[in-house]
Amino acid sequence: MNTSAANAGATSPLRLFTFSAPSRFYSLTGALLPWLWAITIVLTVVGLYIGFFVAPTDATQGESYRIIFIHVPAAWMAMLLYLVMAFWAGVGWAFNARLASMLARAIAPTGAMFAFLALWTGAFWGRPTWGTYWVWDARLTTTLILLFLYLGYIALVNAIDDVRRGDQAGALLALVGSVNVPIIYFSVKWWNTLHQGATISMTKAPTMAQTMLAAMLIMTFAFWAYAFAVVFTRTRAIVLERESHTAWVDELTGRSAGTIRPGDRP
Amino acid sequence: MNWNSAAEFFAMGGYGYYVWASYGATLVLMLLEPVLARKRHAQALREAAADPGDER
Repeated sequence: MNTSAANAGATSPLRLFTFSAPSRFYSLTGALLPWLWAITIVLTVVGLYIGFFVAPTDATQGESYRIIFIHVPAAWMAMLLYLVMAFWAGVGWAFNARLASMLARAIAPTGAMFAFLALWTGAFWGRPTWGTYWVWDARLTTTLILLFLYLGYIALVNAIDDVRRGDQAGALLALVGSVNVPIIYFSVKWWNTLHQGATISMTKAPTMAQTMLAAMLIMTFAFWAYAFAVVFTRTRAIVLERESHTAWVDELTGRSAGTIRPGDRP
Repeated sequence: MNWNSAAEFFAMGGYGYYVWASYGATLVLMLLEPVLARKRHAQALREAAADPGDER
């Protein structure tokens, strides 16, 4: 049923929706993955080197501040990935685009992991600086809600057997939940929170040392490359799971149509 | 250079427990997640190879 669409994507010239064909996406990301992993490793090594060996000790927080080099990138990725997930889930729903829905499903576990890491590293930073691992502060609470939104999305799409209906229900949850992201971002402004204000402001010059800022931004790009790599890997798995009946997957696995081999289902 | 010895580096000025608990969890999860994703991909590839194309 989907065979003709997948084949058209594989043979027709480049156009806007070329990569919306799962077959094209599969081969393109396959070529990209080694580069994305290489970028992730190089940026992580450089970022951590600057973070631990070049950036100076913080005047008030001592060495505990070095958690910032993973805490802030993880928190940013958790928020960004949620918006990206909601966007693709919405596209998959509105335009009946299968690949967009697959991307949304692939993003959720990575976003959940980053949300968890933002909370975990924040707890271990909060303990020495605030004297507590956890406080029901607006920033912390809304970030916990973000983690639950990710987990709820994953549970919902997996609970519905009809794949496309699962995609649609997930899209509704993801889109409604996306209102939480600006609330997280502005929570430190709107409420009097224990959590400090934004580390990087659009309107003011950064207050951190240049080397601290450099390490944090390089780690952010490292996490970004990581997210692309792991999300693409997972999307490729989902593509194969859903498209195993198509001609291009048969070609990929080297199995010709009509061949019955031992172990094949009748 | 911030550290005079490896011991000083791991002590993190007395904050070693907090710093390494943060970095340790991050390292474990960011190594585990790609392994799981690659496993899922390999599994999907095996199943696609074993399953006859039934819609042509």
